[in-house]
Amino acid sequence: MTGEREPGAQADANRRARVLMKGNEAIAEAAIQAGCDAYFGYPITPQAELLEWMARRMLELGRVFIQAESELGAINMALGAAATGARVMVSSSSPGISLMAEAMSYMAGSGTPMVLVNIMRAGPGLGGIGPSQSDYFQATKGHGHGDYRVPVLAPASIGEAMELMATSFELAERYRTPVMLVADGILGQAMEPVDLRFRTPERQTFDWALTGAAGRPGRVIKSIDLDPEVLERRNLDLQHKYREIARRETRWEGWQLHDADLVIVAYGTAARVARTAIERAREKGIRVGLFRPITLWPFPSHELARLSRHVGGILTVELSAGQMVEDVRLAVEGRCPVAFHGRMGGLVPTPDEVMGALKALKGRVDRIASPERHAHMAPVSRWHEPPERTEAEPWIHERVRRGGRR
Amino acid sequence: MTLHTPGPESPAPGASAARLIYARPEVLRDRSTHYCPGCGHGVVHRLLAEVLTELDLPAHTIAVAPVGCAVFAYDYLDIDFVEAPHGRAPAVATGIRRVRPEAFVLTYQGDGDLAAIGTAEIVHAAARGERITAIFVNNGIYGMTGGQMAPTTLLGQKTTSSPFGRDAALMGYPIRITEMLAQLPGVTYAARGTIADVGSIGKLKAMIKRACQVQMEGGGFAIVEALSNCPVGWGMTPQQSIEHLKGPVVEAYPLGVIVDRGAVAQPTHDLGCPSPAHPEA
Ligand SMILES: Cc1ncc(C[n+]2csc(CCOP(=O)(O)OP(=O)(O)O)c2C)c(N)n1
Ligand code: SF4
Ligand SMILES: [Mg+2]
Repeated sequence: MTGEREPGAQADANRRARVLMKGNEAIAEAAIQAGCDAYFGYPITPQAELLEWMARRMLELGRVFIQAESELGAINMALGAAATGARVMVSSSSPGISLMAEAMSYMAGSGTPMVLVNIMRAGPGLGGIGPSQSDYFQATKGHGHGDYRVPVLAPASIGEAMELMATSFELAERYRTPVMLVADGILGQAMEPVDLRFRTPERQTFDWALTGAAGRPGRVIKSIDLDPEVLERRNLDLQHKYREIARRETRWEGWQLHDADLVIVAYGTAARVARTAIERAREKGIRVGLFRPITLWPFPSHELARLSRHVGGILTVELSAGQMVEDVRLAVEGRCPVAFHGRMGGLVPTPDEVMGALKALKGRVDRIASPERHAHMAPVSRWHEPPERTEAEPWIHERVRRGGRR
Repeated sequence: MTLHTPGPESPAPGASAARLIYARPEVLRDRSTHYCPGCGHGVVHRLLAEVLTELDLPAHTIAVAPVGCAVFAYDYLDIDFVEAPHGRAPAVATGIRRVRPEAFVLTYQGDGDLAAIGTAEIVHAAARGERITAIFVNNGIYGMTGGQMAPTTLLGQKTTSSPFGRDAALMGYPIRITEMLAQLPGVTYAARGTIADVGSIGKLKAMIKRACQVQMEGGGFAIVEALSNCPVGWGMTPQQSIEHLKGPVVEAYPLGVIVDRGAVAQPTHDLGCPSPAHPEA
């Protein structure tokens, strides 16, 4: 978990080159450096450069690259390769991810690790090729059928995307699950100076991988179980795994939260717009902080719930009609007003728009705020107690000690 | 049929003239199957088990199971198996093939799986000349889901979703997909056999063996179509279904080797680009 970021990493230990790189290419190279053995893809804007980078580099390195006949083909090739224990990746953009949904469900059900990158574009349907976050539902609650989840990582910069590529492979292998990395088209297409610093997760030996049944009985990787009792047990195991992931792997970043009266919840490119808006708001004396989920699933609900006890209101900013805001509201449980601002169709909210939404929220909060606001808000019982996270959240404890705001 | 399955059943040296000529290959698990009485899937499993054993392949094999009645093939064949979504076995096998060059890669698919929902995957695996061996069990029907029409269902044939018989005007014509695939230069071997009688079963086994050897020798894509029966889906007794198989089915789907391009795929200069597309490359 990433609380407030520590500034300044040790400089000389890893001397790094700083270069200008396009997001799609940086993500591709990070996957290669993370030890990706095989990549399968199908061209689609705005992720095509990722596929093209792989086409050249993977073959140069003697690794596997296939331009498949469709996204169905690509992800099922990934399924086969991953079943043998290889480190595999696919990438696409929104319409292609819809086609991959079926195999995602099979892989989740059969415990097959894989990393899938979605450079999101605007929908629905063929939509457009502009940046979007309208696949939040698809990523966190949707794609295939059945009771399953996949960890979803959402970087806000190209550098972070590179780091999260390695994390994605780690999570996929640790939990035997597909992992999604989602970025909007801006992150895929923009160029940014990045540190050429890569991480290669350690190789594991898998006792489930298909390697040929030499000296042992045949192994089977499957999701089918026609016996309802057995299938329910498999499902319970899956749910247990998901609780483990939620407990251990929830990631988020806080910024300017220590004295914030209002909080913006945003991820990816929307979080960067939010930062600019927050800087401007603070110049005008409005104390705003940023809560940026890095894992969209597991969503940092407990942390946001705690935060919501100590702030006046929350604004969610997305490149969508309002998808993550549903999770924000579920976490906040009515403790404070939750407003939303979003743009669709490939448009990105401007800092000015966000400022406007912040001012509207502030007006609303000021009207309803009273010193006793929290006195009659008894904690609502929940099915799952928040885990203890004493060391990582100094700002929360500080606020609790001060006895809430105002 | 000769088999070398050394095992407890083998006669002790110096024992009487008794000679073992028929035994269960070890890779075929000793259990009854879920297939309906008289179903051809079991015969194809058996042939596959014999061929894998004879070629010493079980320990090197990674197989892909279909969605269809053979979805539980891994319950009967003691080899490594991965389940593919309906129709996607050739793509799954491609992934295995590319990351495991040393493995023997096998797919097993029905006709709905291969010739309807999975058409793109089979065509492109064949077009890429993937070094995999595909076993294609064509029973002209969707067995698993209750006997609906398949792309291979014969004209006039009644199924639960063509209750008045398959009408070409409404439902199109049966697909001879193995012939279609045989057009592709990536296909080293394509053949069609049947489980209809003992003689045919022997020939089918030889085809399966050849399709496996092609892969072992470094050839391209190899496919064997096994015309099979589905007494339940066809609404026939097992005996009637065999007669039907030998009659109209074999007539519609001619038996024999469709193409055998030798172990190594022939270079196809006639499909090349005369000048390099990228001068810098
Ligand atoms: C995406 C999807 N669509 C439909 C099904 C349902 N289904 C299961 S098996 C099958 C047809 C199988 O027919 P075939 O491949 O001919 O195999 P057979 O049972 O005849 O051996 C269908 C349609 C499914 N499992 N998945
Ligand atoms: S439904 Fe048909 S194909 Fe399936 S097991 Fe029964 S006879 Fe065989
Ligand atoms: Mg069938």
